[in-house]
Amino acid sequence: MSKLRLEKAPAPAWVRPIIPLLAILVTFIITLVFIVWVKANPLHTYYYFLIAPFTSTVTLIELLVKATPLFLTGAAVAFAFRAGYYNIGAEGQLTAGAIIGAWLGVALEGSSAWVALPAMIVGGFLGGVAWALIPALLRVKLKVDEVVTTLLMNSVIVFLVSYLLNGPWRDPISMWPQSPDIAESAKFITLLPRSRLHFGFILGIITILVIWFIISRTAFGLKMRAAGSSAEAARFAGVDVEKTILFTALASGGIAGLAGVGEVAGIHFHLIQGLSSNLGYTGIIVATLGSLNPFGVGIAALFIGLIDTGSLTVSRALGVPVYLGQVVQAALLLVTLGMFLLANYRLKREG
Amino acid sequence: MIAATLRVATPLIFGTLGEVFSERAGILNLGIEGTMLIGAFVGFATAYSTGSLWLGVAAACLVGIIAGLLMAVMTVYLGVNQHVSGLGITLFCTGLAYYAFRVIFGTPANPPQIQPFGQVEILSGITVLGPMLRQYPLTYYAIVLVPLVWWVLYRTNFGLKIRAVGENPEAADAAGINVYRIRAYALMIAGGFMGIGGAFLTLSTLGFFTFDIIAGRGWVCIALVIFANWNPVRVLWGSFIFGGVSALQLRLQLTGIKLPYELFLALPYLVTIIALTIANRNAAYPAALLKPYRRE
Amino acid sequence: MPAAFEVNHMYAAQMKNITKTFGNLVANDDINFELKQGEIHALLGENGAGKTTLMRILYGLYRADAGAIYINEKPVQINSPRDAIDHGVGMVTQHFTLVPPLNVAENVVLGALKSIIIKPKEIEQKVAAASAKFGIPVKPKALVRHLSVGERQRVEILKALFRDARVLIMDEPTAVLVPQEVEALFKSLRELVAKGLSVIFISHKLNEVMTICDRITVLRGGKMAGTVDRIATSEKDLAKMMVGRETFGVKRQDIKTSGNPVLTIDRLNLVDEQGINRLKDITLELRRGEILSLAGVSGNGQAELVKILTGLKKPTSGQVILNACDITGACPAAITIAGMGRTPEDRHSGVVGELTVEENLALESLEDYLKRGVLDRKGIRENARRLIDEYNIKAFPGDKVRTLSGGNMQKVVMARSLSRKPCCVLAAQPTRGLDVGATEYVRGKLLEESERGAGVLLVSEDLEEVLELSDRIAVIYEGRIMGIIPAEEATEEKLGLMMAGVKDQDGEKVS
Repeated sequence: MSKLRLEKAPAPAWVRPIIPLLAILVTFIITLVFIVWVKANPLHTYYYFLIAPFTSTVTLIELLVKATPLFLTGAAVAFAFRAGYYNIGAEGQLTAGAIIGAWLGVALEGSSAWVALPAMIVGGFLGGVAWALIPALLRVKLKVDEVVTTLLMNSVIVFLVSYLLNGPWRDPISMWPQSPDIAESAKFITLLPRSRLHFGFILGIITILVIWFIISRTAFGLKMRAAGSSAEAARFAGVDVEKTILFTALASGGIAGLAGVGEVAGIHFHLIQGLSSNLGYTGIIVATLGSLNPFGVGIAALFIGLIDTGSLTVSRALGVPVYLGQVVQAALLLVTLGMFLLANYRLKREG
Repeated sequence: MIAATLRVATPLIFGTLGEVFSERAGILNLGIEGTMLIGAFVGFATAYSTGSLWLGVAAACLVGIIAGLLMAVMTVYLGVNQHVSGLGITLFCTGLAYYAFRVIFGTPANPPQIQPFGQVEILSGITVLGPMLRQYPLTYYAIVLVPLVWWVLYRTNFGLKIRAVGENPEAADAAGINVYRIRAYALMIAGGFMGIGGAFLTLSTLGFFTFDIIAGRGWVCIALVIFANWNPVRVLWGSFIFGGVSALQLRLQLTGIKLPYELFLALPYLVTIIALTIANRNAAYPAALLKPYRRE
Repeated sequence: MPAAFEVNHMYAAQMKNITKTFGNLVANDDINFELKQGEIHALLGENGAGKTTLMRILYGLYRADAGAIYINEKPVQINSPRDAIDHGVGMVTQHFTLVPPLNVAENVVLGALKSIIIKPKEIEQKVAAASAKFGIPVKPKALVRHLSVGERQRVEILKALFRDARVLIMDEPTAVLVPQEVEALFKSLRELVAKGLSVIFISHKLNEVMTICDRITVLRGGKMAGTVDRIATSEKDLAKMMVGRETFGVKRQDIKTSGNPVLTIDRLNLVDEQGINRLKDITLELRRGEILSLAGVSGNGQAELVKILTGLKKPTSGQVILNACDITGACPAAITIAGMGRTPEDRHSGVVGELTVEENLALESLEDYLKRGVLDRKGIRENARRLIDEYNIKAFPGDKVRTLSGGNMQKVVMARSLSRKPCCVLAAQPTRGLDVGATEYVRGKLLEESERGAGVLLVSEDLEEVLELSDRIAVIYEGRIMGIIPAEEATEEKLGLMMAGVKDQDGEKVS
């Protein structure tokens, strides 16, 4: 009697490329349970989830709007992970960028857009860098694991925002916890009239291209990849691993900061609590789905944007709670991870 | 204030003890935040529908065990990267809890409530210590759990296997131990504890469920494990310290000191980061932490 | 261990028609191996001949693709170490499978007890009793991380015996022992065999095999080369069976007179984080055109010295001067620039697995490949092609290095370090784990380098290699240089004594 056994050998070549598609399929089969639970029709649900967003320009633009910060957080996380630096703090770094953006945007009242826009971008970047600094230094100088420190920094900045919004930055008239609106010139230009699609989208795409260039075409990128794959061997070959990781960690923070300033300058125009609805953690999903590859990140960001938009559509049309989107995203992450691993195995007949 | 400290520390004790099991076996379980949340939710929902608080606790424990099992499938059997798996599970459990809440309770104007546990009054008659000893039943269980966990880890065969598996899985395998199974058990126990820890918040302290109920406590537990040097007894002290700082923050607010109260809310986290830095120097790090084990 | 053994079985263990493949590599090809009851049976072969693979199959760590296993002449299924232990098979490996933070007693009973509760006193007593019964002295309360190598090995042996092992597999047991410990081990083994144990002794050391074993099976390239009785064979015959020809062809031609010193190590000291003095006043001088070997049993400070010389560790005191350039405590990049070509002990920590061959080859000298800040990919590829050709590396420039065989990986490391034509070459355990062909190649390259005029510092545990290649030989023991002697005066015996801590010529024991 012959048995099937899993053996550790690279799977046949045709397996790898279809994994993302398989993962999507499996995920949707799994989430069927939740759809049936609310007595909704699965096919309708998936239609509204995946197809409907494409049918109207409004939802299509909304998809791009949702994907915009994900380009940046996904790129930030992928960049850091590539070098072996597990930046879980994109959430906080993004918020830091948003804080700087909100402050700078008000301070720039009266300046021209030529000055304000670059200032906002640089400011947001530096905000993210600043918030990434402590965990990065702790890792490089004292070998403190960055996973926990970046995680804790995320929690801390929530309090900082609360303080600012309930204290010095509170809107004096409405007493609402939100900061004053930023200057007109500091706002990211809208790309399409009467839409929410803003300059951040372009910024996201540019960032992805820049990241790709750095990783694959520069010496720094090579050092990064070396450090991420085998820090010991990289060190042996003369790479200054500590410096490489430090730069990578800070750059990653800065890119996440860009996402934050984008949300302020492009969507909200002021700072509010909960500006980031898990954008940082979703960035980790995006980076993983995109296999840490810049272009993969771009595609994954669009896909998650689709799911985000779709979940709103589904919620409006069928009354399915909007959180289905988050369930699907997280399930997709887990399934994709699992399938990537299975690609390292091959079925063998035994006996 | 000591009473407040104990109260704040309880979910931390549960969560951290759970994470100790997990990490001692070699798995960094970032799914803790989500597990505690879904535990809080399931506990609440069960108590709401059955009227029994203890049934809620049991249900929370069960859903935690399932979450732990899921983590085991991902990181132990499939060998997926532990950071991302854990985060994925946190996001999944969180999304699931929110979804289920909406499905079951909709969006009511007033959040659904239950009558939470009362505090145990028996011992409160004792002078001096009395007020301190007025605690919820789960708090007592948490404190009792600490020496129990220590005993399991250091005085049972199972605990020995867990420690071996987290330090040197090859050695354990060569000694005939089923590494995968031990790790899976450890994760399931961890999940159960975490679920109860989350349920404490809905079933003892608040009596209702909010989306933000865990508020990062899971992450604090991760830090506390390191702070406690993976030792169950030190978990107790660590949780007290953290609880104490949180309680202190509430006190200081009342005295009207001119510092923003958010600073005090953030203080425990900052202190933890500092503690991490110091504790990191001579960590009794389980040597196989974060490395998946594969036999050819 | 029961004194009454079932001696009605002639064979304690048999492995018939065993085949095991890893991807493209056939590690075991239709092997037939039989262990008689009460014998010490050597499994002899080169690195990579398949000995360890075969035994890991017997112990359940691997599953054979084809073939059958018999214990006491009954067919059995061994799918995990648990099964192997249940059938009375125990294994003591090169990499000790002990858990450092636990104590000896806990390690010995790990996984062997059925009880739920563990009382420290109880298990310590049990272990002490077993220790007395089998004649293997151990300290039950001691923490494993504080034990010496010889002590750890004894714990491993006791572990196996505690589980009623009747077949004991020992994988290269003497690799980390000094001669006295080897003697003690052999004495223990003889006593245990007299009581009824059967032993499989994996080794590549001919002289030991001829001392202790009753029968010898030789593996070569994954296949059986033959099984002989010790009485009927000799070291030379065994060597021929192992290698297929007389000996390694690569040998130093004549002793050269060397030139100026190229590397000077002056009173180097290293105290590690635990306060232990790992290197004590190391003083060495390497001259141009010579091969100076540093011989010694692993664990005596070589690894630390190599780390300092490669820039991965800073010494506590002392100086290292390369070509008039002070490189004490310098970083790897600076040392490379100063003119040292370095080959690390573990080639996996010398190349980055996920990067390609061409990327690895360029990694040490990235500044040479920059065109206006961007990597010159054409230049990197051409460099790779050239080196692949020159060093006979069986790979394409775009292959990921982790897919390469051990020998080819080592060639990449050497190509990278030697292509800069360094004036000093540091080679640490360069042929460890390589097959015959690759070993020949590496040794040839080292000779070439010395002929080119570079000074070669060869750190090796392989005494044969040291004797074949060196012009001068230094021996290190417990962090101290025991002596430096010219090759023509060196014999295995002399070196063996120094490696065991007996001081040169005077015969006095050190401290």
